[in-house]
Amino acid sequence: MLEIEIDGKKLTVNQGSTVMDAAHAAGTYIPHFCYHKKLSIAANCRMCLVEVEKAPKPLPACATPVTDGMKVYTASPLAKKAQAGVMEFLLINHPLDCPICDQGGECQLQDLAVGYGNSASRYQEEKRVVVGKDMGPLVSAEEMSRCIHCTRCVRFTEEIGGFQEIGMANRSEFSEIMPFLGKTVDSEISGNVIDLCPVGALTSKPFRYSTRAWELSRRKSVSPHDGLGANLIVQVKQNEVMRVLPLENEAINECWLSDRDRFAYEGLNSAERLQKPMIKFDGKWHETDWQTALEYVVKGLNGVSADHGKDAIGFLLSPHSTTEELYLAQKLARAFGVNNVDAALRRSDTRVAKQQQGALWLGSSIVELAASKSILVVGATQRSEQPLLASRLRQSVKKGSQLNVIHVADDELFTSLNAKLIVAPQQLVNALAQVLKAVVTAKAGETAIDLAAANVSAEAQAIADSLCAADSASIVLGNVAQNHPAFSELLALAQEIARLTGARFGIAAAAANTVGADVAGANPVRGAFGQNVTAGLSAAEMLAAPRKAYVLLNNEVEADSYNGQQAVAAMKQAATVIALTAYKGAGLLDYADVLLPIAPFSETAGSFINMEGKLQSFNGVVRPLGETRPAWKVLRVLGNMLSLNGFEQNSCEEVRAELLALGDIAAQLNNGQSVLAANVAAGNGELVRVGDVPLYHADPICRRADSLQQTAAAAVPQLQLNPADAERLGLQDGQAVTVAQGAAEVSLQLRTDAALAQGAARVAAAHPATVALGGLFEPIQIKRG
Amino acid sequence: MAIFVKGVIFEGVDTTAPDCWHIDAYMARGGYQALKKILDNKMPQEDVIAEVKNSGLRGRGGAGFPTGLKWSFMPRSFPGDKYVVCNTDEGEPGTFKDRDILLYNPHALIEGMIIAGYAMGCKAGYNYIHGEIFEAYELFEAALDEARKAGFLGQNILGTDFSFDLFAHHGYGAYICGEETALLESLEGKKGQPRFKPPFPASFGLYGKPTTINNTESFASVPFIIRDGGQKFLEAGKPNNGGTKLFSISGHVNRPGNYEIPLGTPFATLLEMAGGMKDGKKLKAVIPGGSSAPVLPGEVMMELTMDYDSIAKAGSMLGSGAVIVMNEDVCMVKALERLAYFYHEESCGQCTPCREGTGWLYKVIHRIANGEGREGDLELLESVGNNMAGRTICALADAAVFPVRSFTKHFRHEFEHLIEHKKSLVDHKWC
Repeated sequence: MLEIEIDGKKLTVNQGSTVMDAAHAAGTYIPHFCYHKKLSIAANCRMCLVEVEKAPKPLPACATPVTDGMKVYTASPLAKKAQAGVMEFLLINHPLDCPICDQGGECQLQDLAVGYGNSASRYQEEKRVVVGKDMGPLVSAEEMSRCIHCTRCVRFTEEIGGFQEIGMANRSEFSEIMPFLGKTVDSEISGNVIDLCPVGALTSKPFRYSTRAWELSRRKSVSPHDGLGANLIVQVKQNEVMRVLPLENEAINECWLSDRDRFAYEGLNSAERLQKPMIKFDGKWHETDWQTALEYVVKGLNGVSADHGKDAIGFLLSPHSTTEELYLAQKLARAFGVNNVDAALRRSDTRVAKQQQGALWLGSSIVELAASKSILVVGATQRSEQPLLASRLRQSVKKGSQLNVIHVADDELFTSLNAKLIVAPQQLVNALAQVLKAVVTAKAGETAIDLAAANVSAEAQAIADSLCAADSASIVLGNVAQNHPAFSELLALAQEIARLTGARFGIAAAAANTVGADVAGANPVRGAFGQNVTAGLSAAEMLAAPRKAYVLLNNEVEADSYNGQQAVAAMKQAATVIALTAYKGAGLLDYADVLLPIAPFSETAGSFINMEGKLQSFNGVVRPLGETRPAWKVLRVLGNMLSLNGFEQNSCEEVRAELLALGDIAAQLNNGQSVLAANVAAGNGELVRVGDVPLYHADPICRRADSLQQTAAAAVPQLQLNPADAERLGLQDGQAVTVAQGAAEVSLQLRTDAALAQGAARVAAAHPATVALGGLFEPIQIKRG
Repeated sequence: MAIFVKGVIFEGVDTTAPDCWHIDAYMARGGYQALKKILDNKMPQEDVIAEVKNSGLRGRGGAGFPTGLKWSFMPRSFPGDKYVVCNTDEGEPGTFKDRDILLYNPHALIEGMIIAGYAMGCKAGYNYIHGEIFEAYELFEAALDEARKAGFLGQNILGTDFSFDLFAHHGYGAYICGEETALLESLEGKKGQPRFKPPFPASFGLYGKPTTINNTESFASVPFIIRDGGQKFLEAGKPNNGGTKLFSISGHVNRPGNYEIPLGTPFATLLEMAGGMKDGKKLKAVIPGGSSAPVLPGEVMMELTMDYDSIAKAGSMLGSGAVIVMNEDVCMVKALERLAYFYHEESCGQCTPCREGTGWLYKVIHRIANGEGREGDLELLESVGNNMAGRTICALADAAVFPVRSFTKHFRHEFEHLIEHKKSLVDHKWC
């Protein structure tokens, strides 16, 4: 511990602290621009110059290490003169366009200029003009004359984003911040540079010129886009969501947001929003009132129930729905006598629900996962599944953790891997089995799983060694693993490796409320908090053996199912498809016959349980659009109209209280399997589709966010093949090909990519261009042209 | 290029002979004997460093820091790689001495670096060569080849267990890369921008490893010091200013060029060696140590001796030894405008005071020089300079301010006249 005195205030700080750290601890504000607690120290803005006793010159607080007995004066005449001098330099070339600048009112330079600047400028020469840059559809770099060269954006892309997409070119006052020539900034977390920019140089393209910062109210919320549960500040004006900013939560999103979290709000104001209930008759859609629509729904459910029985009805609930909605939906279904309830829409392995003993979750907190010395990620397209988790693991590697990957493609993670096993989807199980086999040998342990078919490769051995040697290790199954037909095997193998090595294991929940769905009972086998229920069919089973009626909550089946082709066919043969939805999507308009407008997360209270099992509640930030109603209200009224008991809740909080009274969430979190699935044989050599979900097609809201849809990540999917497979099929990179699954054929462009495992044919899911295809991890045929 | 040889590096070098740079010629002059002496006698590392300390050799790049002391900062028992780096990024206006060492006597540098590597326990060295002297770079590569073939570089040098390799790196001509940490950044393949210190290169240098960076002339002086002894080197100069020094004389003299003379030689003698003032014009001003050094009036210079202490006492710096001589036809406002332009172009742009201040200084001086000066401009220059100097990561801001301060101090009347009368006091001619 070191003693330091700041402006006469004595305190002790840790060895290695900077003067800035000490000032923070002392509650003393030192003006700064380039310093940011999450970025490396640049010490280039010079705004934080302070006087240090015995130092001949003022020193930058951000970069000066504290020495014992140091005396610092942050506001002495010397310090103030230095700070004022720097402020003058910062302002001489900064345009005086605050009245039209987006940053106006929330600008660090503007704020500090009041405290440290002069009212008039001594600079009488011409001001610098810098030509704007194109950084893509999300980040605007039009007014680079405003840039003060703090290089926070540069350091962010390099240090947090993992790839330096922004740099400072040229020298002297001709220095310019720019992306690579002819390139845009394509990072999945690029929007953070807007928050980091202390001036109005980098601004939000979708938000630009729409309003002034001081006209916005700030409301807390939680991201509905992935299982991380990033905390949001939603900014609202006149009942419209204008933009989304991060709410700092060190345990979850730190101070960052993924671009999906930040820009998907555009989808909330989409023209496709359903504003009135609609019913289809005579093949045409008609707007109607709630009473008529709900009566139609009741009649439909009662009719199918009378004609075909309750088992002919299926509830397909989106895991992006709130816990309260999912709880009420499953309660409604089961009270009505329907057991077919599921929220694991993209899961193909129907055994999992029958074997699980609790809600599948991460197996640890996010912080604990990141702190693990050895991490194995199985079947995850990390940067599109949970962009901020991928970034967090990148930081873990920097801090010395070993990251290991078993996946279908050697995707660029912008970090260094300890070991990787890149195999075709049909080999995933065998690959993980190799690791288990190596672990069994290393630990001289035993397992009930027959590992005869697994031959330990060098990579598997390296992964096993890493897991065995680390004093804390974690195994995480990603989205690809969770949607894979052999998810049971992967879970069983992970469980065994974890048992033998002492590692934690779990799943990285894909959707905002994947864990909440299990807790709330949106599961065919388990009721809320594990209550005993009569087992029903899983989502995959409900679609494979079509029902006569479907109730869809927040679900566009063609994009949100494991097998879109099968799902649409099931919908089309049904007598009634009742959709509770925020959007009148083209698919729903085609196969549904009643659309009930429900509120997205921004217009209703609710809660999500994130991947680490943390329940995060939020309130609606704006009033429901048009005649939209929160889904919990719709379900509650439907319960009344169906004469069911237990639908008397008067608020979302009452629904939540009713659910949470059933038990303790932490006690529900359990990745244990009652049966260890066993087949670890490697699959055959046929081409199997890798249908991972693109970054901006994960849920109905982001699919309608215009700016996100203009990014490179949202482009029409290509067929990606290993060059060896392409050669075997006589196909050339760039040529048009037809891919077929079942009855559907789709024309795509071929891109050969050596990162892809041989035997894997990557055709992204959930995109309009590919939804006609079949199962996400099923065999696929490829033809020329 | 006229070179007056009396001293250490160019002793016996016939710069008019095309093969004077070759290893044979160098060895005929006694080259590589110092290295052999060390290896044959298994001279302890600390003895080598002590000898360099004894010589009084001070860094020839400009700062004049004692070389032996710098070498002793390198951690002795560091377990990993350590590096020795030569700074031949000679970009200071007026300086051209290191170029001539590479062109006429590159093996002195190579031998000096090998000895440095030996003394500090380094396995590898790099010579970072300024981007605008490509011929010198190519010749240095050829000299390195000769040294490797002769067994002075590589594994097990001269059959001992000492191994050392040396590589040349060609820069791209940025002045800032002469700042040692910017040089390291550039050498690592990054943009050449100075690092914040601490940590200093001796603990966190090239690739994060302990590194010692010296100027070309400093390294090239080492073989003499080891071969003939530090005392002899010291005696060639004067106390605290050991050895001879290369001075690059440019400007209004009859024979501009490099002159290797003992430190402590009177400026008047040096001027005489350079053939005296061109066309017999009157000496007006001298920048004694490269463009960053404060200018001194001619009559002051005529009283000084060429060594660190004497020049410092007069309020300037010996710097890199670049002596820029100006005659009575030079308008000092014009001269300062040219210097200010240079720093405006060469600031790396990272620190606010330097990035913005160098431009501001230039623009104001440019205005004054073009008859558009305003009352208060000189006070403004002083104030802006005060806000720059000492407020940045490296010393480039200070270097940009020194000329402004000294020109406006010693030749204030010229500036005032131009501001008041919109016309220069001097009918300006560069040559």
